[in-house]
Amino acid sequence: MSDLLTIRDLRVTFDTETGPVEAVRGVSFRLGRERLGIVGESGSGKTITGRSVLRLIRPPGRIEAAEMTFDGIDLTRISEREMRALRGPRIAMVMQDPKYSLNPVMKVGAQLTEGLRLRDRLGAAEARRKAIEALEAVQIRDPERVMEAYPHELSGGMGQRVMIAMMLIPNPDLLIADEPTSALDVTVQAEVLSILDGLVRDRGMGLIFISHDLRLVARFCDRVLVMYKGRIVEEVAAGELTRAKHPYTQGLLNCLPRIGGSRAPLPGLDRDADWARA
Amino acid sequence: MSVSDTSFRDSRLAFALRQGGGIVLSLAATLLGLLLVTFFIGRVVPIDPVLAVVGERATQAQYDAVREALGLDQPLWKQFGIYVWDALHGDFGQSIRTREPVVDEIRRYFPATLELATLATIFGVIVGVPAGVIAATRPGSLIDQIVRIVGLMGYSMPVFWLGLMGLLLFYGILGWVGGPGQLDAGYQMLMEFELTRHTGMILLDTALNGRWDMFANALSHIVLPAGILGYTSMAYISRMTRSFMMNELGQEYITTARVKGMPEWRVIWVHALKNVMVPLITVVALSYAYLLEGSVLTETIFAWPGLGSYITDALFAADMPAVLGGTVVVGVVFIGLNMLSDILYRLVDPRAK
Ligand SMILES: Nc1ncnc2c1ncn2[C@@H]1O[C@H](COP(=O)(O)OP(=O)(O)OP(=O)(O)O)[C@@H](O)[C@H]1O
Ligand SMILES: [Mg+2]
Repeated sequence: MSDLLTIRDLRVTFDTETGPVEAVRGVSFRLGRERLGIVGESGSGKTITGRSVLRLIRPPGRIEAAEMTFDGIDLTRISEREMRALRGPRIAMVMQDPKYSLNPVMKVGAQLTEGLRLRDRLGAAEARRKAIEALEAVQIRDPERVMEAYPHELSGGMGQRVMIAMMLIPNPDLLIADEPTSALDVTVQAEVLSILDGLVRDRGMGLIFISHDLRLVARFCDRVLVMYKGRIVEEVAAGELTRAKHPYTQGLLNCLPRIGGSRAPLPGLDRDADWARA
Repeated sequence: MSVSDTSFRDSRLAFALRQGGGIVLSLAATLLGLLLVTFFIGRVVPIDPVLAVVGERATQAQYDAVREALGLDQPLWKQFGIYVWDALHGDFGQSIRTREPVVDEIRRYFPATLELATLATIFGVIVGVPAGVIAATRPGSLIDQIVRIVGLMGYSMPVFWLGLMGLLLFYGILGWVGGPGQLDAGYQMLMEFELTRHTGMILLDTALNGRWDMFANALSHIVLPAGILGYTSMAYISRMTRSFMMNELGQEYITTARVKGMPEWRVIWVHALKNVMVPLITVVALSYAYLLEGSVLTETIFAWPGLGSYITDALFAADMPAVLGGTVVVGVVFIGLNMLSDILYRLVDPRAK
């Protein structure tokens, strides 16, 4: 399978007042037209890794990489203008927290249709029709009303679905989904996952699925990258998660409550300074 | 689901009405407070209002008659009631100096101030907002430094100094603009006879009369005072815009817009600016109110027949009805602008509660 995305030795550094902070420290992976999961605890660098692919790290953050290739395009070389042309219709990212990631003073409808109107030059009615379709696809029952709503009038789960719909509208070849289903209830979550699944299988979309829910990722993805402190500590095929060798991964697995199991207090992962060096 | 099934448009309307009721109530309370203050100032100052009317050489009988006519023999609470009643009907008494109803004089003077302050605010917004936005998008750049320094000068240079220097340079030396006053002396005479004063604002009235020669002359006179007031307003507005914009550009929804591939102009001038507008409305209203009340110095230097000049002259002549009437008008303008900014705020911020 030809690679859709190749990342080699990605480093993201934030120059803060107290000195440089390395949020991502030498991440490498390849992605085909498949479902790749990224898991890791909070602050491990999942979001920053995803954003680097879009080159959307703000100063004082800096991106360095030995290689970042998307569909034969060298992302480290192309101009900002060329990069902007990729964002949206080629690479999209479902942002982590819809409460802060949707524009608070713009109606949902305007945010859904602006790409269609501006980039695809569709008329208002046509853009609106497409946006409503996209909302229906993510199981929103009253899309007309949601179109007229402002983000603060949406629940967390609705916001997430609006965000997913918005990013799927331009049919991206690569979708980076950052915790896309954390606020959805189980049935809606299953529904949304099957939509994403369908896009990967039928349209050959590449999917990076970021989550800290290891079990969900293991069930849904083909491969899983486990991140810790800005590094990938282990890569496992989804079916073989239980055979994960790295103690951090095992720790993550053990943290998960099992139905019927004792709700032991989170064991507080045993950390080894060596993992971060690896 | 927080978008409830009952039509939330209706509830929004009801909400707006409830808000409207609240606004009217607080408005009434503020207005009453304002009148209370001016009423007591009028009683406290060591100027005998009766003496001011009848003069030093009046007989006791004359004095008493006027005292009775002014209602000053009544108990205090009744006097206040009458004062409020009259004020609500636009009656602030007679000017001591001119024997004219104060309200008529204010009606003549206020439009000049309004015109000056409005022009200045428009200038402040048109220049200040883009300057602040551009500075915020390139922090530390040359253009940011320029905006900062130009703004700082607007903050720190006294208006009267700017006014005098401006007159000296642009009127005295270069002759680019008209001097003090609203018109050249010749036009000033003509104005009395040939101009129908529809609004009391010189630019509007000359335009409405089709007197474009007079309009051009008026424009050459207003441009300097409006520019100087507008400069101070611009300094404030650009500084606030810059800081609001910096804040908005750090928000997540900005990244979302970029993820969607939106061009940078749209990210800044639509996505971010729409959010900046929310706090900016208050800033612009404040700056406008400040110009409407505080342009006394500018009006004095430029011999501008506005409210600032009116109140100052009245003050020096111990013309209390005029001073207090003017003060009430200033207060009402301030309250009105506050209310207007409140309404606009609700219009642009869907989250406003
Ligand atoms: N602007 C910044 N300045 C300094 N450090 C930053 C900045 N943004 C992110 N970081 C650091 O980068 C690291 C990775 O952050 P990132 O958002 O990628 O974590 P994450 O894995 O997505 O966590 P979560 O599960 O909480 O979303 C964090 O430790 C954070 O402190
Ligand atoms: Mg994250």
